[in-house]
Amino acid sequence: MGVHFLAMKPAPFAYHAPTSIDEAVALLREHGDEAKPLAGGQSLVPLMNFRLARPAHLVDLNRVAELAYIRSEDGAVRIGAMTRQREIERSALIAERWPLLTGATRHIGHVHIRNRGTVGGSLAHADPAAELPAVMVVLNAEVLARGSRGERTLTAQDFFVSHYATALEPDELLTEVRIPDLPPQTGWAFEELSRRHGDFALVGVAALVTLDPGGSILEAPLAIAGGGPTPIRASGAEAMLAGQRPSEALFRAAGERASRELDPDSDVHASAEYRREVAAVLTRRALVRATAGLSASAA
Amino acid sequence: MTGVAIRLNVNGRDYDGNVEPRILLSDFIRDDLGLTGTHIGCEHGVCGACTVLWDDEPVRSCLVFAVQAEGARLRTVESLAPSETELHPIQQAFTEAHGLQCGFCTPGMLLTVEALLRENPHPTEQEIREGISGNLCRCTGYHNIVLAVQLAAEKLASV
Repeated sequence: MGVHFLAMKPAPFAYHAPTSIDEAVALLREHGDEAKPLAGGQSLVPLMNFRLARPAHLVDLNRVAELAYIRSEDGAVRIGAMTRQREIERSALIAERWPLLTGATRHIGHVHIRNRGTVGGSLAHADPAAELPAVMVVLNAEVLARGSRGERTLTAQDFFVSHYATALEPDELLTEVRIPDLPPQTGWAFEELSRRHGDFALVGVAALVTLDPGGSILEAPLAIAGGGPTPIRASGAEAMLAGQRPSEALFRAAGERASRELDPDSDVHASAEYRREVAAVLTRRALVRATAGLSASAA
Repeated sequence: MTGVAIRLNVNGRDYDGNVEPRILLSDFIRDDLGLTGTHIGCEHGVCGACTVLWDDEPVRSCLVFAVQAEGARLRTVESLAPSETELHPIQQAFTEAHGLQCGFCTPGMLLTVEALLRENPHPTEQEIREGISGNLCRCTGYHNIVLAVQLAAEKLASV
């Protein structure tokens, strides 16, 4: 064993490497609040290196093979929690049926991060500025959780409770996310402003626009990252859009409406007021782009 | 703290180790395996200096525990040059195009570029800049690194 003079960043922990979901859940149950599941580690390990997180037990999910898959089924796709973000980015199935997810995933960190980072890890970490939580909210995804009392399904919207807080119990593991098919005639866009490419978003907007056969907006789900303690569904703006003909003026008004539904934080990167302003602009741009993509593909 | 026995393959060679679980892979590679080409910069996944290839994909070795690398197949910068006296085409390109100054970021940069050019042998300038965006260089302003990657792509295409 080498001499690690300066090499002891994380506090000591007991390491567990279960190979099944049941085994992982049993470990979480046994160690309760003392245990932390380790997925891709791209958020947890930095926190541990700074000793901002000091779990006594680390339950490494990287050997739970049954948690890594992308499975197409009738009307939906099921994605295992340990599926790497890079797999999502490279999946032809996802690119064809949920291009919003492909597009948004490219904004996550850098390629090194996406090679390790997982879908379930990003959701369970619940950073309010992260891309995948907002995308799952706008896609009406469902999250499956397995604990010692069995399995349950939550909507993505109910899953996110606050900053870095989810509805998961300490002995529950996020195992899967299920994304329903999009209705026909649906365009998408993901707009994000970050200080540099790969940084966390100051604000991110995930938008879908579904047009009816007459060309009016049937629905336009909007979810905003970095606008509050969880991804925010801009339901006021959505109500304003439904039934209307797409227009620049409508999208501008919807952006302004959406920004009033937010409760962003101020930090060294941007004030709350600035984030609100950016959200209005990005919402407008996302609506324009989602609709433009739609008419281009329909033409 | 008791150690955990691990076995992994680095640069085609099998290594056995005994690690406390909290030892980061980056520290293990340098201190236990003596492969000091892998540099350690920020130790929280921002700078990319500690980049290694895991199953040929770039990852940050400061964000993985060595114990997790049980059974892994890794490559470090030491795997690039074919011999003591020859450079890999990417290394040659960095030399010729002055793609480094202090050299601290270079090992991570080289491995990131190796993976980038394997996946995309003829990247645009924009794709190069995006591809290396996870590796910080505080000397060059990136200009000559981009030129070096373009030169490396030419060299690899003519091999």
